[in-house]
Amino acid sequence: MKLRTTLLSAAALCAIAPAAMAERGADGELKILQWQAASTMNPYLSSGTKDINASSLVSDPLASFGPDGKVIPRLVTEVPTAENGGISADLKSITWKLIPDLKWSDGTPLTADDVVFTANYCMDPAGGCAQLSKFEGIEKVEAVDPLTVKVSFKEPKTNPYQAFVGALAPILQKAQFEKCTGAAASSCTEQNIKPIGTGPFRVVDFKTNDVAILEANPNYRDPAKPAFAKVTLKGGGDATGAARAVMETGEFDYAWNTQIAPDVQAAMTNAGKGKFISAYGGLVERLEMNMTDPSPDLPDTERSTAKHPHPILSDIRVREALSKAIDRAALVELGYGEAARPTCNLVPAPEMFASDNTGCLKQDVEGAKALLDEAGWKDSDGDGIRDKDGKKLKLLYQTSVNPIRQDFQAVIKQWWNDIGIEVELKSIDASVFFGGDAGSPDTFQKFYADVEMYANEWDGTDPQAYLAQLTCEKAPKPENQWQGENINRFCDPKYDELVKEMLTNADPDKRAAQIKTLNDMLTKDSFVVQPLANRARFSAVANSLGGVEMNAWDSEFWNAADWTRTK
Amino acid sequence: MFNYTLRSLAIAIPTLLIISLVIFLLLEAAPGDPLGEVPLTVPPEVKEKMRTALGLDAAWYIRYLLWLKQFFWIEPLHLVDRIFGTGYAQGMQRVISFQSRLPVMDVIAERIPQTLVVVGMAYLLGVLIAVPIGILQAYRQYGLFDQVGSFVAMIGFSVPTFFTGTLLIIIFAIKLHWFPSVYDTTLRVTDWSSFWAQVRQMTLPVAVLALANASQFSSYMRASMLDNLGQDYVRTARAKGMSERVVVLVHVLRNSLIAVVTVIALGIPGIFGGAIITEQVFKVNGLGQQLISSIHANDLPMVMTLTFIFAILIILFNLIADILYGLLDPRIRYD
Amino acid sequence: MTEAPTDTLSGRVAAAEAARSPWRDVWDQFRHHRGAMFGVWVLGLILLVVLAGPWIWHLDPTKSDILARNKPASWAHPLGSDHLGRDLLARMMAGGRISLAVGVTAMVLSILLGTLIGALSGYFRKIDTLLMRITDLFLALPLLPLLLLMMTLFRDPLAKTFGPEGGIFILIVGGIALTSWMHTARIVRGEVLVVKEREFVLAARSIGTPPHRIITRHILPNVLSPVMVSATLGIASAIITESALSFLGLGFPPDFPTWGRLLFDAMERIQLYPWQVILPGIAISLTVLSVNYIGNGLRDALDPRIRGR
Repeated sequence: MKLRTTLLSAAALCAIAPAAMAERGADGELKILQWQAASTMNPYLSSGTKDINASSLVSDPLASFGPDGKVIPRLVTEVPTAENGGISADLKSITWKLIPDLKWSDGTPLTADDVVFTANYCMDPAGGCAQLSKFEGIEKVEAVDPLTVKVSFKEPKTNPYQAFVGALAPILQKAQFEKCTGAAASSCTEQNIKPIGTGPFRVVDFKTNDVAILEANPNYRDPAKPAFAKVTLKGGGDATGAARAVMETGEFDYAWNTQIAPDVQAAMTNAGKGKFISAYGGLVERLEMNMTDPSPDLPDTERSTAKHPHPILSDIRVREALSKAIDRAALVELGYGEAARPTCNLVPAPEMFASDNTGCLKQDVEGAKALLDEAGWKDSDGDGIRDKDGKKLKLLYQTSVNPIRQDFQAVIKQWWNDIGIEVELKSIDASVFFGGDAGSPDTFQKFYADVEMYANEWDGTDPQAYLAQLTCEKAPKPENQWQGENINRFCDPKYDELVKEMLTNADPDKRAAQIKTLNDMLTKDSFVVQPLANRARFSAVANSLGGVEMNAWDSEFWNAADWTRTK
Repeated sequence: MFNYTLRSLAIAIPTLLIISLVIFLLLEAAPGDPLGEVPLTVPPEVKEKMRTALGLDAAWYIRYLLWLKQFFWIEPLHLVDRIFGTGYAQGMQRVISFQSRLPVMDVIAERIPQTLVVVGMAYLLGVLIAVPIGILQAYRQYGLFDQVGSFVAMIGFSVPTFFTGTLLIIIFAIKLHWFPSVYDTTLRVTDWSSFWAQVRQMTLPVAVLALANASQFSSYMRASMLDNLGQDYVRTARAKGMSERVVVLVHVLRNSLIAVVTVIALGIPGIFGGAIITEQVFKVNGLGQQLISSIHANDLPMVMTLTFIFAILIILFNLIADILYGLLDPRIRYD
Repeated sequence: MTEAPTDTLSGRVAAAEAARSPWRDVWDQFRHHRGAMFGVWVLGLILLVVLAGPWIWHLDPTKSDILARNKPASWAHPLGSDHLGRDLLARMMAGGRISLAVGVTAMVLSILLGTLIGALSGYFRKIDTLLMRITDLFLALPLLPLLLLMMTLFRDPLAKTFGPEGGIFILIVGGIALTSWMHTARIVRGEVLVVKEREFVLAARSIGTPPHRIITRHILPNVLSPVMVSATLGIASAIITESALSFLGLGFPPDFPTWGRLLFDAMERIQLYPWQVILPGIAISLTVLSVNYIGNGLRDALDPRIRGR
């Protein structure tokens, strides 16, 4: 009861605080612990969340994604839409209007030239820009006048909110980065660690992979913000240590990505120094079923390729049985607690795109057994493992090294054992598993296993490109050096056709329906992707820090300008 | 001895070149990809462009030669520029980290202070504690002090530092609030209060590492002393009426130091290598943390440079140990 | 029966010889070393529990029961259960088998290799430089990429020849031994450099004793103490290294318990369920402690000057 009163009063304080202390820098120091430390402040050189978050405190895009996934203006007067004429009728251009009199942190004015420069900086072929896909399909970016930028596309673009929208694509200052384009991008040390921005803070000191010291931007567009004069963005350690520093020792105000065991979460919350906050985006922990044969007896050019369908998992009944045997709610309770929710969807959010598919949530062991019986897998020799034509029902189940994933592996193995499937587990160092080294047999793309588990999401709010990655031709194979996003090698001409339709369709309602259908084709209709949990962004906030609102669609520091000290 | 030193130094150069080649090939052959940490949301075509921008499309021997040139020519030139304000290295590409796109040497220089302060101090402390303890233990073998000392030492090296570190944080940072659990690398010692803050923040990590180091050294010290205490010359010295102090602290100790010198010399390059786990637990972010995160990110230039500097130190300190043997025991001859 | 007298006679001679043999003296000395006997008993007991335990305690160490998570000690789970409801007693026993096997084998291999290289390098001046530079190379190699590479290259071939578990065991033990012999080699070499100049070695050499005998009979017994310390250290670090390897996905499958892994897995919950951390911690420490005592006893027993006191 007491805890709740404090929380309520804290919440109440949050609401009044901005009005009460509307003075820049009045709240002293904000200490953030991001256990994976930022390695650069230039998001175009690295795409890690750790770097994007850090840079979002300093650099601003034209518009951001709000917590509800809607596009909100930042440096522009309004978000361009078809209604207000910002998006052309043929969907081939979008026009942004900058707010007049905006200043960079060095006091010089922000103009449309800076925006044009940013696009050219990233689109330079020699620069190796990490956010190049945000600028895909752009024909040209031009400054109509000092406050107007027009982006023209080669093809009609159904989702034009990519370039300059969200923390991945902020505006760089032309004067500062002019000499840093192309191959010179990485030799601009000073620029990359101390970019001049329009955000609430500016960099004072930066130690790569360790700590960044920021101070309030004296030229920030709102004279009353930010409330904090100084920000320390410290890195290092692990999630548990980070959560401890906020929830137990109180040394820090905010700890990023505190994925820790649910019972430890509860114990830390009870310490009364802070709370965990979460928001759900599209990050889904899933099982992928290999539709091709990963047998080591096959030659390297044919192993795990479409030439050989999987001897066991090609049968949809087996796949469905595997899904039915799993109790997703129990998994979440065991591994994530408040940091995830069970799901059956590959696209679980935002609301408008999420299918109402909940059929997998109920564990059905008997149903699973019946399906296996029906598929001809019976335990003929009484050893507890099913077999067919003298072959044992045995699966190799791999994932990356991560305590929660290993727990999931152990529990899921148990469930599958219970329905008569023998399971061998394998865990691979994450830098190898996700490394994409075509020479290594252990990458998730090669998929030399029957089942594998990992998490993935898409960038921004629109999952269209994400679903378009799962067509037949995008399967990793030797011919494309095992680069491709269709990890499970699912191949259905109907799916490919629907994807093609979706990419040219401008009607939002119809598109939402198509996305739902595609999602269902992969999940409940075929069970090639078996979503387990929709993972939240999950961070720890001290009770004395107000104004924090978790955002799953943009940098979680998206509104750091509004953060305040509440006591 | 002088000849030996010169000869060893001469051999060290080709050795180092071979070592650098072996390390480079090892890193090349090991599985993993410098773009492994790039999120899955980035499409393969973009990754391919990023790879080219990192220079990864060149053949391995070209990249190796480039690294050699950067390390042995450009970096020293750059250092000269730094010191004398000249411009020899203008426009030359230094060794650049894949991960942060910053010059590797700058990152290393940034991390040396906290590494030396924490790991170096713990090492020094470990040696200072271990030598007298080892001597006392051996002198009264199986006495109470020896038994307790051995017991603590065994615990000290059988319990990993991630356990002792976390335990100390729970007791002293969470329950008692005596010491911080996060090391602040931006702290500058300017007055008494910042000095005190520095002492407080280094206490826990230094304690953890010093315990581990001291356990190891004291065991070697004790064993060496025991070997020598039973030797004939000790009996002779005592028979000649030398004081016990002189016998133990001069004659026996000097002869026992060979093993300890070896162990200490092996450990000093390790200071530079940092203490991966302890740095992680206390967020010290020294060279150990840099090395491990670079290995995970397959940041080849960073790993290559760090390991190579490490190799130089290993060769140097093993050479110093060899010279010290000769000083400690003149009967050892190398020529 | 006619041959009997000669038989007894030869038997008696053999017995008398045995009584005088140095190894008998060593054993007598060892047997009366209190610390050493304590070490032998404790290690023996651990081995007995770990090897014979599963015959009595039948629970499967990998079977999870998500309804019985983090239970304290009870009749069903004498040591409690872990965060997935797996029986800790069964896991400690299964883990001990692997940890001890890996720890002891890797330690023995590493000590043998280190002593061999150290002794050769210290005794034969000609190969000293070469061997020591190779040692430097191994000291300088970054461990993690090396192990990753070994795994990629050898995991499948070894698994084919020795079965999946045998193959991984060989790889882990080989990997640990191959990356941990250098300290022993440097230490042994340093000691050999000193000992080989002592009078008794010169005496042995002057009467024409071949080098291999000088090394094994005269030099090695005199450098035994630091080697014993290395061995004790080695077993502790091998057990921990194994857990680090399996944590990196380079070791046994993730659900295979080992003491190091149990310790590692329980760290996150150290404040909530301390015994889950303490149990494997005690097991590792006890093992190291008993090996240390046995090492002390061996050292004392092999030292002719102490013997008979």
